[in-house]
Amino acid sequence: MMTKTKALNFVQKYTMIIALVLVTGFFAWRTNGKILMPQNITNIISQNAYVFVLATGMLLCILTGGNIDLSVGSVVCFVGTVGAVAMSKGMNMWLAVLVMLAVGLLIGSWQAFWIAYVKVPPFITTLAGMLIFRGLSNVVLQGKTLAVKNEAFVKIFGGGAKCYVPDIFAKEGVGINILCLVVGIIACALYLFFTLRNARSRKKAGLETEALYVTLVKAVVIVAVIMFFTLRLAQYKGLPMALIWVVAVVMIYTYITSKTTVGRYLYAIGGNETATRLSGIDTKRIYFFAYANMGLLAGLAGILTIARLTSAQPTYGQNYEMDAIGSCFIGGASAYGGVGTVPGVIIGALLMGVINIGMSIMGVDANWQKVVKGLVLLAAVIFDVVSKKKNS
Amino acid sequence: MSENILEMRGITKTFPGVKALDDVNFAVKKGSIHALVGENGAGKSTLMNVLSGLYPYGSYTGDIVYEGEVCKFSNIKDSESKGIVIIHQELALVPYMSIGENMFLGNEQGKKYAIDWDKTHAEATKYLKIVGLTESSKTLIKDIGVGKQQMVEIAKALAKKARLMILDEPTSSLNEADSKALLDLLLEFKKQGMTSIIISHKLNEVSYVADDITIIRDGHTIETLVKGRDDFSEDRIIRGMVGRALEDRFPKRKDVKIGDVALEVKHWNVYHPIYTEKKVVDDVSFHVRKGEVVGFSGLMGAGRTELAMSIFGRSYGTEISGTIEIHGKEVKLHSPREAIDAGIAYVTEDRKGNGLILSNPIYINTTLANLKGVTKNGVIDRDKELSVAEEYRVKLRTKTPSVQQNVGNLSGGNQQKVLLAKWMYADPDILILDEPTRGIDVGAKFEIYCIINDLVAEGKSVIMISSELPEVLGMCDRIYVLNEGRIVGEFEQKEASQEKIMASILSTDSAAKEKKQ
Repeated sequence: MMTKTKALNFVQKYTMIIALVLVTGFFAWRTNGKILMPQNITNIISQNAYVFVLATGMLLCILTGGNIDLSVGSVVCFVGTVGAVAMSKGMNMWLAVLVMLAVGLLIGSWQAFWIAYVKVPPFITTLAGMLIFRGLSNVVLQGKTLAVKNEAFVKIFGGGAKCYVPDIFAKEGVGINILCLVVGIIACALYLFFTLRNARSRKKAGLETEALYVTLVKAVVIVAVIMFFTLRLAQYKGLPMALIWVVAVVMIYTYITSKTTVGRYLYAIGGNETATRLSGIDTKRIYFFAYANMGLLAGLAGILTIARLTSAQPTYGQNYEMDAIGSCFIGGASAYGGVGTVPGVIIGALLMGVINIGMSIMGVDANWQKVVKGLVLLAAVIFDVVSKKKNS
Repeated sequence: MSENILEMRGITKTFPGVKALDDVNFAVKKGSIHALVGENGAGKSTLMNVLSGLYPYGSYTGDIVYEGEVCKFSNIKDSESKGIVIIHQELALVPYMSIGENMFLGNEQGKKYAIDWDKTHAEATKYLKIVGLTESSKTLIKDIGVGKQQMVEIAKALAKKARLMILDEPTSSLNEADSKALLDLLLEFKKQGMTSIIISHKLNEVSYVADDITIIRDGHTIETLVKGRDDFSEDRIIRGMVGRALEDRFPKRKDVKIGDVALEVKHWNVYHPIYTEKKVVDDVSFHVRKGEVVGFSGLMGAGRTELAMSIFGRSYGTEISGTIEIHGKEVKLHSPREAIDAGIAYVTEDRKGNGLILSNPIYINTTLANLKGVTKNGVIDRDKELSVAEEYRVKLRTKTPSVQQNVGNLSGGNQQKVLLAKWMYADPDILILDEPTRGIDVGAKFEIYCIINDLVAEGKSVIMISSELPEVLGMCDRIYVLNEGRIVGEFEQKEASQEKIMASILSTDSAAKEKKQ
């Protein structure tokens, strides 16, 4: 009985990780290991960089009570358009980046104002935004494609063939990216250092700690995964630039959601808005933060998108909002708000990414891919709802 | 000897890890009113859910014998077809539908694909008349008061041809007058042969209306008291419920020195946030001293919660006017944050809806109103937060395996303690406790009273809003009586009595009526 519930708890806690492993295993089998080849692993990251960024922002909106932002795809397109136009007129690339982020933040704040202070339902506000900014992109681009010719910009934010962190440790005759390995080892070392420090300080304060073997098994698995991926990346061209931006976003927002008061309030509002308001918290400001921030991250996603595709087009960013929302729910965010984590959402996005690329390698028709993704999303939410029912 | 309409024999029902009912035997005489009493979590609602088929046959052991035959209900429809109708504690009416639509929801009149609205409303009107409502059956539910809504629930049960009616806490949200009307209606039905089972915490109502009282404790039936044979007094029932005589329901307060005025409110007026012409609080002035417990008594809807919430940073109402002085200095409070910073805490009556985040653990709830206490530069110190929560768990004797437990898993009494911990950690000078013991059992109530005593001993001021007169009389140094938004009486503890308080409410009621005529 006891071991049974323990096993069940384990499955529930790590469902998505288990699902990710199983799905990856499935595709590794069906594609004869092709999906784990260095180039494909690099592609999963570069192709999905925008999903990781948008899903992180979307999580904050969803936390406030299952509210979503439908406008992100259009905002990505509009921000990209603005950037492409600015750079084509010869604007300095860093200035252009700042402008794009500012435009994203401004659009986010505009929508956030209506949502937070006028109480227009987010669904409607952002549906309007979806139309407005798609339309504006079309107007500015006049339906045409505008190339991004600034090479430095493409290199730093892009996901193409040349967009890798230069290997400063490179040696003649070594066919592997050494910087990439060094980064991997440092990441492992940092992880171990913080885990140890945390465990020690908790023990000191007399708080509960997890069993030693749990910590050890976790550490071994995580180190193995990090080293496997960095080794794979090193065998190809090294660290994709997009990875740097994604990791930065993930780290910053993991910290915000788990350690800061703003993060706590996001969860609190999703849990019980009235109780939060009566506890003296300015709930409107928190709503504003979530949606303004979504705009900012949509701005960043816009930058990544035009750099990767080296152009701006009025059709860019279509269905991006669905990718982001889907990743959140697959990654364990609750449709009612108050539940979900950034790492969870990233795993959700990875799962979608693996399914995408796996099916593409297998040569599955694009329309069938959509069907499969839809079913996965439904299955994830069904599992969430059913397991919650069992618990209560 | 009248025959039994219902016998439940040897009912045992287990949930994962808990035995909710253990060999319960329960018999109801035909045409009687049978009360089921017990502390929270004793198993009353579970027993009724077994009876109504919500927990289907097979998920429990034991027999249900109804009108002489063994019944195996697999859902609520089964039991309703036999005339067993349960009316739940939370009203199950759709606010934006009419009375008639609600009454026949799931039991639509007419053909399968064409509802006969004329028949629906004609039938509805018939049943409304029986329960003494004069409203049109086309009135929307949201437009009638809670008391009348409860009557609609009963009419709905009648429309289902109920022969055994189960009422779970039917009067918990009704005022005294509406409660009386409802109970009298039950007595009237009894004369016509209806059998009722009533679950209630209000023991005075139980002894008023019941023919038999069955007491359940920890999933066992303890005893059945019969009218005329046994003592029906509240003390006697409580003894059965808690398993011991409760010597003193209110703890003694050590000599607490009552000091200067801590909070003074003058000429306070509040209007309804939606119906802005309606005055909810009307020229109220009162004060609270340091170390004093002040009670606010009154009927449901007298404006007590509205008064408290409007003072607490204008979290209720519009066009608020009047002044607030704290320690003799006038303050303007525009938001709950400003009120908290000024030293006021409002502990809500609705702990699940407005007070706690049920899906979050105890420690997160404990620090929510004062997160800066465990925060440095916007970053939360998780370890400090846990130790704060642990400190209050010990101090308030909250029963939980750990402060990482979700609040939703706690019993009502322990949830109330977490709510109190949250506001105590905000370190206010003045605590407004709105119905602090609602829906919690006798033992936990006593502990809440002890906490109130500790608070005033520390020099804090407590305002206690309560609908339970004995509690107000037992705990408060001074009592204000509120009716229809106005203060209609003020009593020192020595001179106060239930009769005096009720009298001051009733006299203003009749005065108001005269004025209208």
